Amino acid sequence: MKITQLTVFLENRSGRLAEVADLLGQAEINIRGFSTTEAAEYGIVRLIVTDPDRARQLLHDAGFTTHFSHVLCVRVPDEPGGLADVLDKLAAAGVSIDYLYSISFQNICFAVRDIDRAVELLADKVTLLTDEEVRAL
Amino acid sequence: MSYSPDDRLTPDAAGGLFWQPATETLPTAALGALQMERLRATLANAYENVPFYRKKMDELGIKPDDMRCHGDVADLPFTTKIDLRDHYPFGMFARPRDQIVRVHASSGTTGNPTPVGYTRDDIDTWGDLIARTLAAGGVRPGDLLQNAYGYGLFTGGLGLHFGAERLGCTVVPISGGNTERQLKIMRDFGATALSCTPSYAMYLADAARDRGLRPSDLPIRVGFHGAEPWTNELRLQIEAGLGIDALDIYGLSEMGGPGVAFECLCKGGMHINEDHYLAEIVDPETLVPLPEGEVGELVFTTLSREAQPLIRYRTRDLCSLSSEPCGCGRTSARMAKPIGRSDDMLIIRGVNVFPTQIEEVLMSIPQIEPHYQIVVDRKGYLDVIEVWVEVGEAVFAETMGDLERFQRSVQAQIFNVLNIQVAVKLKEPKTIQRSEGKAVRVVDKRKAL
Repeated sequence: MKITQLTVFLENRSGRLAEVADLLGQAEINIRGFSTTEAAEYGIVRLIVTDPDRARQLLHDAGFTTHFSHVLCVRVPDEPGGLADVLDKLAAAGVSIDYLYSISFQNICFAVRDIDRAVELLADKVTLLTDEEVRAL
Repeated sequence: MSYSPDDRLTPDAAGGLFWQPATETLPTAALGALQMERLRATLANAYENVPFYRKKMDELGIKPDDMRCHGDVADLPFTTKIDLRDHYPFGMFARPRDQIVRVHASSGTTGNPTPVGYTRDDIDTWGDLIARTLAAGGVRPGDLLQNAYGYGLFTGGLGLHFGAERLGCTVVPISGGNTERQLKIMRDFGATALSCTPSYAMYLADAARDRGLRPSDLPIRVGFHGAEPWTNELRLQIEAGLGIDALDIYGLSEMGGPGVAFECLCKGGMHINEDHYLAEIVDPETLVPLPEGEVGELVFTTLSREAQPLIRYRTRDLCSLSSEPCGCGRTSARMAKPIGRSDDMLIIRGVNVFPTQIEEVLMSIPQIEPHYQIVVDRKGYLDVIEVWVEVGEAVFAETMGDLERFQRSVQAQIFNVLNIQVAVKLKEPKTIQRSEGKAVRVVDKRKAL
């Protein structure tokens, strides 16, 4: 019932996250979900991948510091109050949550420094969703 | 060691004052004779009371009375910081503990500090030497000294404090930091003299300007700045910024602290208190004494210290000496500003730091990889020190909180040893430079102040 999460330590240097994604992509390992957390000088990226053991070995060999841990992956009903029900059950029992993130979508939010430039770069290569399209998901 | 018949302030020829005029203007020949007499007494004290020196002198077949002229000094053994470390804590003291009235300490090269002991007479002498220092800058009874040197084990704070009281000043023991309060007290109390590190003096000058204070708004006339190297360019900036004469002072805790040498208002090198310290310059490699004027390592022998006589102590400071007459009328030799060190000691905001101290802390933390780098830089006029460590799998856990706790814990452990704040930077594995042979552990990006 628990799933394996792979965590990677990254210095905040440009291109470092892309290197991780490239390594996994070349090895045909699919990223099912991820989240990033950052401080001023470093960050950690959390990954749910199709082959965690091989992914960890690959990253380790490429000089990354990695860590395995267990998390729960909860299917939440896609309706108002769906997430609240799960949170309430844990809160009522005093089980605290360190962090949570969503992995169920192919739709990923990017926070970038120059959002207009990012739109220019990506608009004709990938699908960028509008507010309306997100609401209709 | 009392100078009472001599204790009267008289003007020197540079706008300052003599605290002990007869001694400070002793003709060179008489000064030399006094040095030899005191050297023999110091050697006798060391030989009779410090087993380390008895053994060394016996091995070399030297007796205290063998010292007839200055050239004989070259026969004496050197003393190093390692020797002091090997006799931690009180093994170099020449008096029983119940005659030691105070102990200060400086950084050791490793975890143990280097203690310095004083008898009551040592404290009195120290007070006279600081009184000379302050008087040379024109400070007299009735002046108010804002003493912004750190108080505590560091000799700067209490050293200046007791000397200023001996001179008859009003002392404000404000210690370092809290710039807002420094400026307020400086104005409200009417400080006429300031003592602190040169970098902090410059910081205060900038802070005053930022608050719209002009030099004429501050009653300070003179500043005494030591404990870290600085240049004449910085002197000019401090003088313009605070509207003062900024004077360099020199000392090291092993010699008892500040009061070893000081500038008069001619600002042409620091007068060594040669009646209490015998100075030599030696080649740091061969340890052979160098002729006057050449740059080499400064070596001191104490001539009056009862609690802790030190023979030919290697300061590791590189400088030159001059015995040219000075316009102020003092007859003592002067040392130029030190231009560097013959070891890897860093001076961070006036605090002596040995890279080995940081290494020792890091190596005591099992999760840390044996690769690190110390990066010293300056923000404005203040030194900052970063310690880079690699995040291996032993350190890395799951959350940012774990990493931040780890960073803070390393910082706290280094603070416990060095008493200064460092910033620990977490780096990816194998990103800290490795080199063949001796790794480059310290990168000092500071330019001369």
